[in-house]
Amino acid sequence: MKKLINAVENVLTEQLQGMAAAHPELNISLDPKYITRVGAPFAGKVAIISGGGSGHEPLHGGFVGHGMLTAACPGEVFTSPTPDQMYEAAKAVASDAGVLFIVKNYTGDVLNFETAAEMVHSEGIKVQNVIVDDDVAVKDSLYTAGRRGVGTTVILEKVVGAAAEEGYGLDACADLARKVNSYGRSMGMALTSCIVPAAGKPTFTLAEDEVEIGIGIHGEPGQYREKLRPADAIVETLALEILDDGAYKRTLREWDRENATWVERDVIDEPFKAGDSVIALVNSMGGTPVSELYAVYRKLAELCEARDITIARKLVGPYITSLEMQGFSITLVKADAEILKFWDAPVSTPALRWGV
Amino acid sequence: MSDVITKAQVITWLENCAALLETQKAYLTELDAAIGDGDHGLNMARGFGKVKEKLPSMADASIGSILNTSGMALISSVGGASGPLYGTFFMRASTAVQARQELEPMDLVKLMEQGIEGVVQRGRAEVGEKTMLDALIPALNALKSQLEAGAGLSDALDACVAAAEAGVRSTIPLVAKKGRASYLGERSVGHQDPGATSATLILGLLRDVVKGSGVS
Repeated sequence: MKKLINAVENVLTEQLQGMAAAHPELNISLDPKYITRVGAPFAGKVAIISGGGSGHEPLHGGFVGHGMLTAACPGEVFTSPTPDQMYEAAKAVASDAGVLFIVKNYTGDVLNFETAAEMVHSEGIKVQNVIVDDDVAVKDSLYTAGRRGVGTTVILEKVVGAAAEEGYGLDACADLARKVNSYGRSMGMALTSCIVPAAGKPTFTLAEDEVEIGIGIHGEPGQYREKLRPADAIVETLALEILDDGAYKRTLREWDRENATWVERDVIDEPFKAGDSVIALVNSMGGTPVSELYAVYRKLAELCEARDITIARKLVGPYITSLEMQGFSITLVKADAEILKFWDAPVSTPALRWGV
Repeated sequence: MSDVITKAQVITWLENCAALLETQKAYLTELDAAIGDGDHGLNMARGFGKVKEKLPSMADASIGSILNTSGMALISSVGGASGPLYGTFFMRASTAVQARQELEPMDLVKLMEQGIEGVVQRGRAEVGEKTMLDALIPALNALKSQLEAGAGLSDALDACVAAAEAGVRSTIPLVAKKGRASYLGERSVGHQDPGATSATLILGLLRDVVKGSGVS
C-alpha cells in the first residue's frame, strides 16, 4: 500500500483536522465526528444533514456551506457513521424548521440514520429521512437491499440545500428530495480497485486488461467483468443502461412524525423519454483524470442528443469518489423548472461554488 | 443451579462477551470478508469493549438499565448494520425486564422476544434471508417450547444454543437477501452468515455463564 498516511488509525481524524485548518467557514467536531456550517442554526431554515462512510470525498463534507448541506457526518472509510454523530450534529444545527437527513441506500447507513431520527425526534426536533437509491446496476429490489445511492446524491444535496436556503419547510424539502431521487439514475464502472487504508490491500482484483461494469462506490461487485473496450463503447453501455432503464418500483420507509413510527411507501421511478431535460454528472471514481472524463462527456452528449434528451446543466469532475479507484460514473437527473432554479441558485462550499 | 438468572450473571455474561469477541475477531472478520466488507469481527470486538467499559458504573443498576446502557454503547460504537441491530436488540430487551434484579426463565423468553422484534422491525428481515435472525428465531422457539414443556433453565438453554447452532449452519446454503451480501446474489451461497455466527456465540456464552456459575 502506497498512500499519504501517517498512521492508519488516524486517517479520518487527520483529514478532518486538515479540513478545519483549510476552511474556517466550517466547524468540525472530532468527538463525535461531524462538520457544520459556521453560524448554524439558521432561524426558520431547515437544516440539511447528510453523511456516510468516508472515502467518497468531496462527498459529503465538501458540500457543507451556503446553499447546500448544513452538516455532514463522516464515518470511518467505507463504514457508516453511528447515530450519536447524526444526533449531535442535528442538535448543533437544528432550527425550529427541523432537520432533513439525506441517506444513501446502504443497509448500514439506513439503519444508523433511522436510529438517529428516532433519537432526534425524542428530543422534540422535527425530523425526516429521505433515501437516495439511483444505481441502475442493481436490477431488482425484492432480492437485494435495493439500488445503491450514488451520483444523484450530489445533485440532490445541491438542489434541496438551495430550497432550504430559500425557506422551504421540512415537508417541502423532503418532497423535493424524493422527486430528485425519483428523477435520477446512475451507473459506474471500474478500471482498477481501491485500497481501504485499514485493509491495506486492494478490495478486489482486476486483470490488466479487465474492467468491472456496474461497480458500487465501495467496490461492491458490479454486473459483470469484461475485457477493456474503447471509451466510446463503455460510455455507450453505461449511458444506455441509464436511458433505457424501465420503471423501477420499490418500497421506501419514511418517518411519520405524528405517530412516531416508520411507514412504508411504494415509489416508482419513470423511465427517461424524448424531450426530457437533464442535469448530467460525469464523475471520476478518484483515479481517473478529468481529461478522460471529457472524453466520456463527449460521447454521452452525442448519445443524449440522439435520444432527443437535452443536457440542460452538467458537472464534470470528481464529486463522489471511491478513494483512488480508476473509473467513472454517469448520473442523469431529469430537470424540471423547480430543480433547475435551485441548481442555479448560489452555492458556496469547499467543492461546489458559483453565483456568490 | 437455581432456576433464575442473577444480575451478577448478566454482568459476567456481558463482560465475557468482550473477551470472547476479541478472541473470535479474526474468525468473524474472515466470514464477513467472504460476503460482506470484512469488518464484523473488528466492529463487534470494539462494541463489546465499550460495553465492558460501562459495566463497573452499573453495579447498582437494574438488569433493564444494564441492558439499555449496553445497547446504547453498541449503537454508538459498532457502526455498519450490526451496530443498530445489536443495539436495538439490547435496548428493546431492556424494556421487557425493566427494574428487575434477577430473571425468571420466562423473563428470558420475553427479553428475547422483545429484542428479536426490534431486530425484525429495524432490519425488515425474516428467517431464511441469511441474517442473525436465522440463529435467533429458532433459538427463541427452542427456549420457549422447552420451558413450556416443563424443562429446567439449564436444559432449555442447551436446546436454545443447539437451535442457534443449527440455525447458523442453515445459513450456509442460503442466498443473502439483506445487507451488502445481497449484491452478491447466488455468489453468497456456500458462506456462513457472520451476524448469525456472532449471535450464536453470544447466546452460547449466556448458557455457559448461567450453567457454570452455580449462584443460588
